[in-house]
Amino acid sequence: MSKKDGKTEKYRKVAYYPGCALEGTGHAYNRSTKAVGKALGLELDEVKNWNCCGAMEVKNIDPKIQTYLSSRVLSIAANEMGYDTVMAPCNGCYHNLKKAEYDLENDAESRAVVERLSTKAGHQTYSSGQAETIHALDWIKEAIGEKGLKARVKNSLKGLKVANYYGCMYTRPRHIFPEKDQGEGSESTSEPHFMDDLLAAAGANNVDFPLKTACCGGAHTLSDSDISTKLVLNILRAAEASGANVIATECPTCHTGLEMHQIRAEKRFGEKTSVKILYFTQLLGLALGLSPRKVGLQENISDSRDLLREKGLV
Amino acid sequence: MRSFADIETRIDELALHADPAAAGELVRLGEEVLEHWVAGRGEEPTQDQREGFRLLALHRQGCKGEPSFNACRETCRELAYQYNLISQARGGRGAKQVHMAAMVAKYLCLFVAGKMRENKLGEFCCSSRDLRAREN
Repeated sequence: MSKKDGKTEKYRKVAYYPGCALEGTGHAYNRSTKAVGKALGLELDEVKNWNCCGAMEVKNIDPKIQTYLSSRVLSIAANEMGYDTVMAPCNGCYHNLKKAEYDLENDAESRAVVERLSTKAGHQTYSSGQAETIHALDWIKEAIGEKGLKARVKNSLKGLKVANYYGCMYTRPRHIFPEKDQGEGSESTSEPHFMDDLLAAAGANNVDFPLKTACCGGAHTLSDSDISTKLVLNILRAAEASGANVIATECPTCHTGLEMHQIRAEKRFGEKTSVKILYFTQLLGLALGLSPRKVGLQENISDSRDLLREKGLV
Repeated sequence: MRSFADIETRIDELALHADPAAAGELVRLGEEVLEHWVAGRGEEPTQDQREGFRLLALHRQGCKGEPSFNACRETCRELAYQYNLISQARGGRGAKQVHMAAMVAKYLCLFVAGKMRENKLGEFCCSSRDLRAREN
């Protein structure tokens, strides 16, 4: 879609900002995103010498520093690498880059801080509007689309019942995502559907999952693990009650949280759930005929091999 | 007001029986959860309605000046949506939906109970407090 506004072409080659989590706990997401991009003929050019986006911790101590840190990533992509699109698959990074964009457009004080710190750090100051931040979901949805994806599917995900879990940072707060809620074809903040659309195109049976944007308590997993475990357990149970055998994720924090608390719920509360947790890029990769190793299945804590074997996907 | 633990127990009971007649009670339990939050802020829980639901009016009251409370906005809306689905279902088809509505109500209960214990829940991540603070 979107041939009219040029996104299909524009998104075929983008600056890639993996962020810290994709080098650590979310490595399977990094691996599968790159593999899927390659299989689809899309180009990712990693942002040179990138830094942390400011994550959750910096943002809460000093939000202006977070704005600067995110702006530096955007500056390198736009001013040093010449890109007008930065793709960030991590919800935290995506959210923070979007927030920085919003800050720089709307807040003079943020602009002044970013100008001062950029000068001090010796790089060009990023100005709002120089680059567009997109998520991996936007990237595949716009550059390839459901039709294009369907045409490339080698192993249909048919038989997989998927609950699509978007987490909190992909849609909140609404005002930093001005391109969402723009009617037909755009993403919705209250009822996101891009992941549903892509996985349906790959043959999956999406279930009606009522907690797709629910908070998993991820940021509090260390300060109060029981809250997180209970929230996650209810998300897992709701997915199972919806008939899902897989939860598809698009955020490394959500993914790790679901995996870890699934185990913790059993150990701490004796509550066992069996729904499997996979990144949407892993599912797409398998549908495109990539090997389990190529999409990093071996890196997941949630062992989905038996289910995928049963469905003829590995 | 019942305790969060009692509310949770009642939600679990309703989930077990999956009786479509329970839809209204699940919404009321959701309201009771939000009353805890509003009262905890030293305010009188509103009796107003928004879009036909007191639940949504209570959420609106509860998130005033507290952007992190927006993290359960969709949960409240989902519970109202589930209620509508159950109310409009014919011939006992709402039974499965009651179970789902109960999961949503339970989630709301867990989230708000969590926030009553750890106020920063939902604040580190999606609320972007500084943006809201500037705008309020």
